[in-house]
Amino acid sequence: MNDLHRQPGMLALELEGLGFRHRDQVLLRDVNLRLPSGSRTIILGPNGAGKSLLMRLCHGLLQPTWGRVRWAGSDIQRAEAARLRQAMVFQRPVLLRRSALANIEYALSLRGLGRRARRARAIEALEHFGLGHLAARAARVLSGGEQQRLALARAWALEPEILFLDEPTSALDPAATKAVEDAVMDFHRNGTQIVMTTHDLGQAHRLAEQVVFLFQGSVLEHTPVEGFFSRPVSRQAQAFLAGELVW
Amino acid sequence: MPSGDNAFMTALQLIVGLDQTLVGIVLLSLQVSLGAVAIAAVLGLPLGAAIALWRFPGRGLLITLLNAFMGLPPVVAGLMVYLMLSRAGPLGSFGLLFTPTAMVIAQCLLVLPIIAALCRQVVEDLWQEYEEQLRSLGTSRGRAIPTLLWDGRFSLLTAVLAGFGRASAEVGAVLIVGGNIDGVTRVMTTAIALETSRGDLPLALGLGIVLMLLVALVNGAAYLVGESARRRAG
Repeated sequence: MNDLHRQPGMLALELEGLGFRHRDQVLLRDVNLRLPSGSRTIILGPNGAGKSLLMRLCHGLLQPTWGRVRWAGSDIQRAEAARLRQAMVFQRPVLLRRSALANIEYALSLRGLGRRARRARAIEALEHFGLGHLAARAARVLSGGEQQRLALARAWALEPEILFLDEPTSALDPAATKAVEDAVMDFHRNGTQIVMTTHDLGQAHRLAEQVVFLFQGSVLEHTPVEGFFSRPVSRQAQAFLAGELVW
Repeated sequence: MPSGDNAFMTALQLIVGLDQTLVGIVLLSLQVSLGAVAIAAVLGLPLGAAIALWRFPGRGLLITLLNAFMGLPPVVAGLMVYLMLSRAGPLGSFGLLFTPTAMVIAQCLLVLPIIAALCRQVVEDLWQEYEEQLRSLGTSRGRAIPTLLWDGRFSLLTAVLAGFGRASAEVGAVLIVGGNIDGVTRVMTTAIALETSRGDLPLALGLGIVLMLLVALVNGAAYLVGESARRRAG
């Protein structure tokens, strides 16, 4: 799976002067980032820093007030087709009132896959995430951990080139959290670029190659993970890592 | 004139003995009301979903109108359809007045706003929950309509039942456009009104009992089907 031919560099996610205003409040300002294809980026920051907002802008779910998001050579806001090559896993998985298998098949049908191919790939994805025995079960009656794994399996079946994850483990127990982390690394091994937010610093340390630190809507740091945890530059990041409340 | 008790016994005899007149009236009633609800659901569910998903000028007005029409008096609906279908009316050439078809149209007019308005609310709430995920998956708004209708099927069943309740209970609209013609357009509610005023209480009472039983039966069946499906789908 995921053996799409890619040209590294071409697929980098580039944010240019990105900003977002809601009513009179500027929630995100002047974000300039370049996240290379195939990389693992963790976005850190206190509550309300704009992490989820930044990912939604990157995924094209929201329109920026200023600037733009460029991916695969096109402006994500104007290219609906580009979003079909991406996937997003949310904090609380949204699953349809149908079987686990049908949830994945639904997503694949939007990619124009035929019935046979849909079924085969959906089963493969379920089995990859250890959900094969739950294929016929209604998605809504699965446990929280199983639901999140199903959301990951759905994303997996789509073979995204970039996967956004918005605090995917914040409501899960340690075992389910580990399953999600393993899945993230699995995606990465298959060449999928990862962009994820989390409040779990240990998790950030385990999963990140690079860290983007957001504070009050601005990017204060964008560094390799080791540098961020051992030598944070900004006062805010130091306070954040020390567990002190930053305003 | 028979006393209340006698009327009740005679009514039960009519029901148990499957009295021809009574059966004919019951069947026509079911045909008209179920037909009207079916058409109203086919039109009203996608309409309600579309209003929920799209933003357009005049949307607020349309929603207000739809909600207001939920309380449309049946006699007014009947009058409107009567004017449309009467010989001098714009659809007069079809000769539909005083036929069961006219009654279906009138009841449809009563039921459609209920189904569409309730459906709009259900789908709008669902869309709040699903929008980001569905857009992330690449669902267009047009494609989202059947998806959301299917996911809201349990709540929407209630909306359709509310429509059926209104259709089976109303008398004004079918009376005006149907004319309560014996053997042609006489349904349960119009017959009950007529027989009561004529003093034939057994038939009126028998019809009343059957009407209540049928409504209870339809609702009970829908509840059972809905509950078992809901348990399976979560």
